[in-house]
Amino acid sequence: MELFDDFPSMGRTDLRDLKKGIDFAFSDFSRDNGEAIEGFFDPLMYFMVWFEKLLMAAPWPIMILIFALLAWLGARSIGIVIGTIVSFLAIGYFGMWEDTMATVAIISVATFLCIGLGIPLGILMSRSNRLQAGVTPVLDIMQTIPSFVYLIPVVMLLGIGKVPGLIAVCIYALPPIVRLTNLGIRLVDKEVLEAAEAFGSSYRQKLFDVQIPLALPNIFAGVNQTIMMALAMVVIASMIGVKGLGVPVLRAVSNQYLALGLMNGLAIVALAVIFDRVSQQYGKRLQKHREGGHGV
Amino acid sequence: MVSDIKVSIKNLYKIFGSNGKDMVQKVEEGATKASLQAEYKHVLGLNNVNIDIPARRIQVIMGLSGSGKSTLIRHLNRLIEPTSGEIMVDGEDVLAMSDVELRNFRRNKMSMVFQKFALLPHRTVIDNVGYGLKIKGTDKAEMNERSQKWIDRVGLSGFENNYPAQLSGGMQQRVGLARALATDAEILLMDEAFSALDPLIRNDMQDILLDLQEELHKTIIFITHDLDEALNIGDNIVILRDGAVIQQGSPQEIVLDPADDYVRDFIKDINRARVLDVSSVMKTGSNDSGLELASDVILELAMPAMIKADVTSANVMRDGEVIGVVTLADMIGGIARPESHEGEQVTYR
Ligand SMILES: Nc1ncnc2c1ncn2[C@@H]1O[C@H](COP(=O)(O)OP(=O)(O)OP(=O)(O)O)[C@@H](O)[C@H]1O
Ligand SMILES: [Mg+2]
Repeated sequence: MELFDDFPSMGRTDLRDLKKGIDFAFSDFSRDNGEAIEGFFDPLMYFMVWFEKLLMAAPWPIMILIFALLAWLGARSIGIVIGTIVSFLAIGYFGMWEDTMATVAIISVATFLCIGLGIPLGILMSRSNRLQAGVTPVLDIMQTIPSFVYLIPVVMLLGIGKVPGLIAVCIYALPPIVRLTNLGIRLVDKEVLEAAEAFGSSYRQKLFDVQIPLALPNIFAGVNQTIMMALAMVVIASMIGVKGLGVPVLRAVSNQYLALGLMNGLAIVALAVIFDRVSQQYGKRLQKHREGGHGV
Repeated sequence: MVSDIKVSIKNLYKIFGSNGKDMVQKVEEGATKASLQAEYKHVLGLNNVNIDIPARRIQVIMGLSGSGKSTLIRHLNRLIEPTSGEIMVDGEDVLAMSDVELRNFRRNKMSMVFQKFALLPHRTVIDNVGYGLKIKGTDKAEMNERSQKWIDRVGLSGFENNYPAQLSGGMQQRVGLARALATDAEILLMDEAFSALDPLIRNDMQDILLDLQEELHKTIIFITHDLDEALNIGDNIVILRDGAVIQQGSPQEIVLDPADDYVRDFIKDINRARVLDVSSVMKTGSNDSGLELASDVILELAMPAMIKADVTSANVMRDGEVIGVVTLADMIGGIARPESHEGEQVTYR
């Protein structure tokens, strides 16, 4: 009955050797290739540094005006515009302007990166069941594996700083846009697609005239979720050297500064609400034409 | 005349399943749709279809649900690839076309109207009508001009800038029709184009189509499972069952001489007085009742005319000459529902 009492586990030394083997292999790999990989990401880093500086250096009234304008263009709602202005005024008043700008910078870059990678990947996935079967479990892992776990190899490879932070954010925020693009395109009405084909559409014409426009509501839901998830990663990203609202939150946790934590936390929430409302309203406006009624 | 055949379908087979090619032989050896399904897990879509479709006429294809109508019509523009067979359009082999040739063929020669309209929900009426032209690369100004013409022609003037969701079903299908006409294709495929509409609107649409056809003389291939619709608009009718052609002919031929009980069952409920004309029930000879009826007058109109004239027989005229004689009794015999061969009601799956 020994078998039932003691799990037939790998021997202690064997296990240690296995772990060591993996660790050494990876550190060798990162020692050999770390610089090359860093070099590859350099342009991205320069861009992020420049963008962050730009947001921080711009006079605050102009920035608030720009945010209000963007909110208006996206949502076409006075309420949301006022909410945006009030939120940013409060953020500045409580001394969180610079951190907020840094967070806005990384969220924007991360979102654009995710859109740029995620939409084409989603389109490819919708074209091939095999690719879908291969990519879906990877997306599942990206979404469920604790972020700290993938921080380790990222930091080993790229050290601490903006780019590893950005990568960590993107690993977490990429899946929804890929999934919903794939889903949206697969859900496009088959008869409409058939019509496109019957009228002699080329592949490109089918994609741009029919599939993407009809999938847009879903794609947009994906963009919205991607933004939300990117914001959720702000605090974790600050652990590996990303500036922004996450830094004071971390400090507040380790020193038990309640007010500091609360204020910065609320600033993150405010950003989340603004991004969410604006992108949702924009998504809704995109599909206004789906509403019935005789608007003659 | 051979040159009058627009579309010619020869020995067309379609068998759905992983190994369709090998199944053709089984079907040739007599396997039925049911046995093919049971023994080999393949679905018999089309079974040795041969049809010559005349130019500038309305060819109706009908059959019950699952008989292969949609499958057949989608072969004509190769939305579905056949398992074997031949499809010629204007003497050109559709199955031999390269991708580019096929695309050009679809853009210029054949357009399609769909059962559920299949409009682009994010485009306005005028952009939907111009969709085929846009794919062809027509410039915007010309596209709008031509689209406007067809919008006016189907009676949708004033709705150019509405979105499909803002229109009723009948109006949406007019957009679908205008879209198909706008490319100036000579051949129009219509897959149950009016089936989703309620009966009154459906009749309207049939009238619009017949009106347009009088002027345009397109080759129209029209699918329906509604026999009244088939008889109303069809110049020729093909009846499909389990993917095979059971009978083809003019509406009168089908009503007067159904090929088998399946067809007989189909036509049992129709208004025969509206389909049959006096020439189809006349006998040779002439009489002197004084009433003359043109040969293509339908019985529904001829009988009241005879009652009104208080006669029981009349001469049938064509091009000013007497070609035969009809009596009231012949007419009543013509509209009586024929008995089925077994003398019992026969029902089909
Ligand atoms: N892609 C497919 N794979 C397998 N079987 C198919 C496929 N498409 C059609 N079939 C089968 O082929 C047969 C003919 O189908 P089709 O859609 O042509 O019928 P239909 O006459 O248009 O019917 P309906 O009136 O319902 O539209 C049916 O038995 C159907 O199940
Ligand atoms: Mg069908």
